[in-house]
Amino acid sequence: MMTFLTIVAVFLVLFVIGQVLGVFELSAKLRGRNVYDVTEKESKVQSVMMLVFLAAYFTFILWQVNKWGGSTLPVPASLHGVTTDTLLSITWWIIIPMFVLTHILLFYFAFKYVYNKNRRAEYFAHSNKLELIWTAVPTIVLTILILYGLNTWNSITTPLTDDVDHIKMELYAKQFDWTARYSGADNKLGSADVHLIDATNPVGLDVRDENGNDDIIVKGEFHLPVNVPVQFNFRSQDVIHSAYMPHFRAQMNCVPGMTTKFKFTPTITTAEMKQITKNPDFNYVLLCNKICGAAHYNMQMAIIVESQEDFDKWLAGQKPFKAEEAPAMEVEKTVVEDTAVEAVEQVEADKAEI
Amino acid sequence: MSGNHHHHEEDFIFKYIFSQDHKMIAKQFLITGGLMGFVGIIMSVIFRLQLGWQGEPFPFLESFMGDWAPNGVLDPDKYLALVTLHGTIMVFFLLTAGLSGTFSNLLIPLQIGARDMASGFLNMLSYWFFFMSSMVMISSIFVEGGPASAGWTIYPPLSALPQAIPGSGLGMTLWLTSMALFIVGSLLGSLNYIVTIMNLRTKGMSMTRMPLTIWAFLITAILGVLSFPVLLSAALLLIFDRSFGTSFYLSDIFIGGKVLEYDGGSPILFEHLFWFLGHPEVYIILLPALGLSSEIISTNSRKPIFGYRAMIGSMLAIALLSFLVWGHHMFVTGMNPFLGAVFTFTTLLVAIPSAVKVFNYLTTLWKGNIVYTPAMLFSIGLVSTFITGGLTGIILGDSALDINVHDTYFVVGHFHIVMGLSAAFGMIAGVYHWFPKMFGRMMNNKLGYAHFWTTIVSAYGVFFPMHFLGLAGIPRRYYTNSNFPLFDDFIDMNQMISVFAILAFLAQLIFAYNFFYSIFKGQRAPQNPWRSNTLDWTTPVEHLHGNWPGEIPEVHRWPYDYSKPGAEEDFIPQTVPLAEGEFDEGHTEDEH
Ligand code: HEM
Ligand SMILES: [Cu+2]
Ligand SMILES: [Cu+2]
Repeated sequence: MMTFLTIVAVFLVLFVIGQVLGVFELSAKLRGRNVYDVTEKESKVQSVMMLVFLAAYFTFILWQVNKWGGSTLPVPASLHGVTTDTLLSITWWIIIPMFVLTHILLFYFAFKYVYNKNRRAEYFAHSNKLELIWTAVPTIVLTILILYGLNTWNSITTPLTDDVDHIKMELYAKQFDWTARYSGADNKLGSADVHLIDATNPVGLDVRDENGNDDIIVKGEFHLPVNVPVQFNFRSQDVIHSAYMPHFRAQMNCVPGMTTKFKFTPTITTAEMKQITKNPDFNYVLLCNKICGAAHYNMQMAIIVESQEDFDKWLAGQKPFKAEEAPAMEVEKTVVEDTAVEAVEQVEADKAEI
Repeated sequence: MSGNHHHHEEDFIFKYIFSQDHKMIAKQFLITGGLMGFVGIIMSVIFRLQLGWQGEPFPFLESFMGDWAPNGVLDPDKYLALVTLHGTIMVFFLLTAGLSGTFSNLLIPLQIGARDMASGFLNMLSYWFFFMSSMVMISSIFVEGGPASAGWTIYPPLSALPQAIPGSGLGMTLWLTSMALFIVGSLLGSLNYIVTIMNLRTKGMSMTRMPLTIWAFLITAILGVLSFPVLLSAALLLIFDRSFGTSFYLSDIFIGGKVLEYDGGSPILFEHLFWFLGHPEVYIILLPALGLSSEIISTNSRKPIFGYRAMIGSMLAIALLSFLVWGHHMFVTGMNPFLGAVFTFTTLLVAIPSAVKVFNYLTTLWKGNIVYTPAMLFSIGLVSTFITGGLTGIILGDSALDINVHDTYFVVGHFHIVMGLSAAFGMIAGVYHWFPKMFGRMMNNKLGYAHFWTTIVSAYGVFFPMHFLGLAGIPRRYYTNSNFPLFDDFIDMNQMISVFAILAFLAQLIFAYNFFYSIFKGQRAPQNPWRSNTLDWTTPVEHLHGNWPGEIPEVHRWPYDYSKPGAEEDFIPQTVPLAEGEFDEGHTEDEH
């Protein structure tokens, strides 16, 4: 019924517009002009609208900055985050004046040079001098930005070497959750293989690799000590995901079949951040930022940044991955077959539901 | 060429359906592309309802979407399906085929002085491939599992595995089929455009006397010919992986409780191939819009376009660079950091020719004598959106900064403004401006004004705030943000955006109404309503095969002699011979 009424209403409105238009056109004809001719007065009205729009646009932007400026870009909580934020500010300082200047010129010219039949436009087809200026100036400005940007990029992407004290860990993605793995006492991540994945071995660790035995696997949340560099490895089990930690200005895709890397040093503990944001419930998060399926919007893990002592205490309470719990390579086949059967049953069951 | 079928009567089918006349084909592209665009916009309104009022039921959704919206709440899988189709339709169907297909077809022969395209038959095929492609894409909505849902970028493995998302079943097969047809159509069209422009220019129409529209279409067609085949091969390899068990893109996958047999492939390879087309694609969308608006701004400012040669030069520079920057979509894929650095460098270079274009537009307006037709309004809107969206590209192109905003709403805001809005504005401006040429009637200005102001206000209302969402860390392609307390501050912003999105949609109804009303009831068009210089306005209002009743006119000057000192009128058509000692801006050295 509602739908029907809406449709009727829409048609009525269209009909009315049509009638009004008809009247317009008739009256225009009676006055002996074509409706499509833009009169000087009409142009004038539009030119004034240009100025009105300029004012409205700028006001709208200022209003947004005022209303949401405080909730947008969070305080950077990593070492390199401070650098990239400086680069971002510099970029804003170039972009915003350019934006304001060109918009003022655009809409002011649009207002000022409105049609007047007693005036003639200036025949001004080109000027090498002007064109040189506005090729050269952006070139210089961009050169500076490029140099600064690349410098920052290089320092962010150079992996940590072993002479720097740091933590090695892995973030492992699957539809639709995260698993974190610490490298344990030896600070070496054990190797892994998808064929070894099962209920007790969520990331597919290979028991024959000693490095993995002391690895610590956690779910739900992971902890980081403040001011200690972390070298992350990222892997994925099924589709591409992206590990995104906006407060740390960190993001890296997790791609099945390869290992990707990113490093950062957290500088603000969760407790401190609660104070900075005046939000007692504040928590750092890891979110998924690459479309990965139905629950892409809800693939998260909490991150707790704390003092080294607290971190050590927490880590000591976690269980290392032990040899007995993992299936050895030899039993792989049966395990896989079992799970395969389960999976097929699962799919059948799902289908039946649909 | 087309001289032989000049005078015989065509029956309905050959005139309106299997037409080989470029003007009719242009209209077919416009209507088909426009209808697809309409579908695309409706999809965006539906998913904006979900994003504005997250999880709240809208019972009417269920009444026409059925189990896509159980109890009136959009299903998360279907949300992704809608986003994917919306993106695909807007980028390829509306703004590639709808924009380039329409105006290249309409204007290339008319503005260079040719009787038709080099091959009318290929041209017709090009439309019919596009049409079939549209039908296949639309039909994918109705298949089991739903249409493709892996985003318009269809990255594998998500797009390869139905276990990962139901849309990657038959829906994705149809998506790939549709795109393959689309690419064939696009290639036929582009080759035709290039050949026509290179070979069929009328006497006197040297390259430097071509309107900027034609330059834009030429460069666009070249981009298309060079980049679309790469997408085709990317799609073919994906089809192999999906259907024949190859492993081009897949490796080490454990899903649905078992390990898949793929080994040794790389999803990153797909991304390289995809963006090798994907980036030039944004210029395939944008350049025609820039060409149309250059023409419209010059005509309505009654002033030559400023820096004609610099405009051509910057389009060529943009086109060249567009092949060297695709990696900026992949800064956080784990690509070699050195490569990232190179792509940052090339990407930021694009800002230079873009800046040149903007300043040239501004100088064209300066001391002009501006007539505000609706087309002119939309062209000025285009300059504004091109600036607003282009500037944020400087942030995204800088790899160090992109780390934090990649794939967030900042990107959605950026590309909608710089590509979506600019190209849509250019296309709409083109429709208002060339409507009399296409349909022999005029559109209504008053409705045009109302359309423009409601559109620009609501468009900025939708896309500007998204920059704040993105900087706050809200990822794109999220069905809801309510699972993160972090984003609670933006609930009202999301509502505001959705309200503006609905307004933006309603504003397009004004346009649709004006368009269809004017086709049938608009006032009859005079031959040259905008007092324009280009050859298209020397053809009779009534369409005829071969365009000009007699000889094709000869060209004597460049197309931008507006308000030339010494001339009586404020425009001098290209067909008017140069006066004694008169200097032509479009001259080439060899003419001396
Ligand atoms: C009324 C007008 C429009 C509205 C309200 C709108 C809204 C949106 C929104 C909110 C998204 C992001 C959804 C998400 O990430 O979850 C989106 C995606 C997209 N839109 Fe639009 N849009 C509009 C017009 C356009 C136009 C004109 C284009 C042409 C370029 C376009 C191209 C795209 C593309 C390519 C995507 C990305 C799809 C993907 O993520 O796979 N849209 N749109
Ligand atoms: Cu994910
Ligand atoms: Cu790009």
